[in-house]
Amino acid sequence: MSKTLFDKIWDKHIVKHKEGHPDPLFIDRHFIHEVTSPQAFDGLKKRGIGVFNTSRTTATADHNVPTKDQHLPIKEALSRHQVETLRKNCKEFGVELYDLGHPFQGIVHIIGPELGLTLPGMTIVCGDSHTSTHGAFGTIAFGIGTSEVEQVLATQCILQYKPKRMKIEINGPLSKGVLAKDIILYIISKISSSGATGYFVEYAGDTIENLSMEARMTICNMSIEMGARGGLIAPDATTFDYIKGKKFAPQGVELNKKIEQWKTLKSDEDATFDKVLTFDASDIGPMITYGTNPGMGIKITDRIPTPEELKDISEQPSFIKSLNYMGLEPGSQLLGKHIDYVFIGSCTNARIEDLRLVASIVKGKKKAEGVEVWIVPGSKQVEDQARKEGLDKIFEAAGFELRSPGCSACLGMNEDKIPAGKYCISTSNRNFEGRQGPQSRTFLASPLSAAAAAITGRVTDVRELIANEKLTMAN
Amino acid sequence: MKEKFNTIKSTAVPLPNENVDTDQIIPARFLKATTREGFGENLFRDWRYDSNNQLVQDFILNNPSFNGKILVAGKNFGCGSSREHAAWALYDYGFRVVVSSFFADIFINNALNNGLLPVVVSDQFLQTISKGISANSSTPITVNLENQTISFEGKKETFDINPYKKSCMINGYDDIDYLLSLTEDIKQFDLQQS
Ligand code: SF4
Repeated sequence: MSKTLFDKIWDKHIVKHKEGHPDPLFIDRHFIHEVTSPQAFDGLKKRGIGVFNTSRTTATADHNVPTKDQHLPIKEALSRHQVETLRKNCKEFGVELYDLGHPFQGIVHIIGPELGLTLPGMTIVCGDSHTSTHGAFGTIAFGIGTSEVEQVLATQCILQYKPKRMKIEINGPLSKGVLAKDIILYIISKISSSGATGYFVEYAGDTIENLSMEARMTICNMSIEMGARGGLIAPDATTFDYIKGKKFAPQGVELNKKIEQWKTLKSDEDATFDKVLTFDASDIGPMITYGTNPGMGIKITDRIPTPEELKDISEQPSFIKSLNYMGLEPGSQLLGKHIDYVFIGSCTNARIEDLRLVASIVKGKKKAEGVEVWIVPGSKQVEDQARKEGLDKIFEAAGFELRSPGCSACLGMNEDKIPAGKYCISTSNRNFEGRQGPQSRTFLASPLSAAAAAITGRVTDVRELIANEKLTMAN
Repeated sequence: MKEKFNTIKSTAVPLPNENVDTDQIIPARFLKATTREGFGENLFRDWRYDSNNQLVQDFILNNPSFNGKILVAGKNFGCGSSREHAAWALYDYGFRVVVSSFFADIFINNALNNGLLPVVVSDQFLQTISKGISANSSTPITVNLENQTISFEGKKETFDINPYKKSCMINGYDDIDYLLSLTEDIKQFDLQQS
């Protein structure tokens, strides 16, 4: 029987089927971090058991770490305690930890791929919903809660029911200035923040096939923002090239053998999906969100809808509440709107390619007066690479601050918070109320749009800035 | 071993907002604890308190006439982050049931793993209960897990729950107990992986 890629990977990972019980899904790779793991380790201690297979778990400190002076002890007592607890637990249970200052430290979803720990055909989980990022390599990767982290530590398995399968196909060339971030914000704006709840998504079509690995990760990363459990993309030559030479990836003959296996990882031609959506890439422009969930997005040149224009009028009260929170008028334009902060970071857009794109826009320019710009690289390796390429000099000259790696203002757990009432254009993935700090207001956009706003101090159509410049879009 | 879940008859708190995400349920800055307890204090923190730490009087949880073990939420409750802290906070605050017409996936799992029952009802029934308790906060809701029914003012709906999860809730078991019984099979499976 023909199968989807998702089914192929899933079915291969069921340890044992027992009637009346959910299937135990074997997990190849487990990532943990300081925030959602302490209670799981406590659970193991209470039961008096160890970690099932330590070689399958990797830890890092990212969610709650400072992005300045990382070499000093963490100032905030609770954050320090959380990171120290992770250290203690990893030591006690024998789990590899990429701690602050380690050359491999970084946001958990950035370091997995760049270290070659994320490989096609795997099942991957982490106590963080953006685990879907790893799906870009043709893996089943999804976020779990702490009880499930405990399950995986204890048994290397998780009890799961199979989600439904959805295919999202995008075809056609992308226009200039349009990035992967715009593609995914566009899709979410079309199907809403719950449009894929209950599904696992496979992204396909030539637009996707032409994307770099970094861009594919951006797309898969935000699958959760439309409610999907995760998203994946069939691996191809682009994937294999990316993996080649990565620290923990197979090498030489071993790699070639693997690649032959990985080539079979695709949905059969006649495989059926529970739902198929198709989009035309030529309709996608630079996107921005105006509200307090990622589905509330528009083309940067469009105006904010009015409550009357909503398809579902039952959503009017939430919609109005959201615009009030954002301090925005229904029907108004975002273009030209003044902004206070620019955050370039997070597991969505803090890879080297993102930093290069930002640098390409700001080179030789200065940030607008009164705007604060934070660039928080996704990992130590990204930071080192940026310095090697001299991007730090470009940022510095522009008045941007290049910080040390971590989740930072993506979730505002450390001190990197956007102050109340201020507007931040952010390359992260969530614009929820208070996500970037109490009463903060977030516009989600691509790294190019964020960079453009940093220069002008306003929401800007990046295509105007690049109109006269030769810019090679890596997409 | 978790608390066993039987029938719950309780008054309820209506919170009809749609798309309530886990960042609202428990903001990230309160995720710094390394134990499971005490999160109830910061449940809906930024809705319950203003920036000066004063109670927001018109927020429903601050209204003394509304209380009980059941939260009647709006559509797409629990979306966003996978933080289990959201379920812990609701439980720690005293809720045992959340009613909505639609829940986010991860939230359902997290709730069920922590003795908090998510009950999915029709949009219409949700409206009825939500309006009913808003008008008269002393009217109780009854949730019977064994029969999978929820009743309010003589009206009744049945709800779906996975049979395995149901028996876990009723008996106070959790998933690890089951998985640990498979340890030998899992070890074999692990060895066969390349
Ligand atoms: S960067 Fe943001 S979304 Fe990504 S792992 Fe960190 S907190 Fe989660």
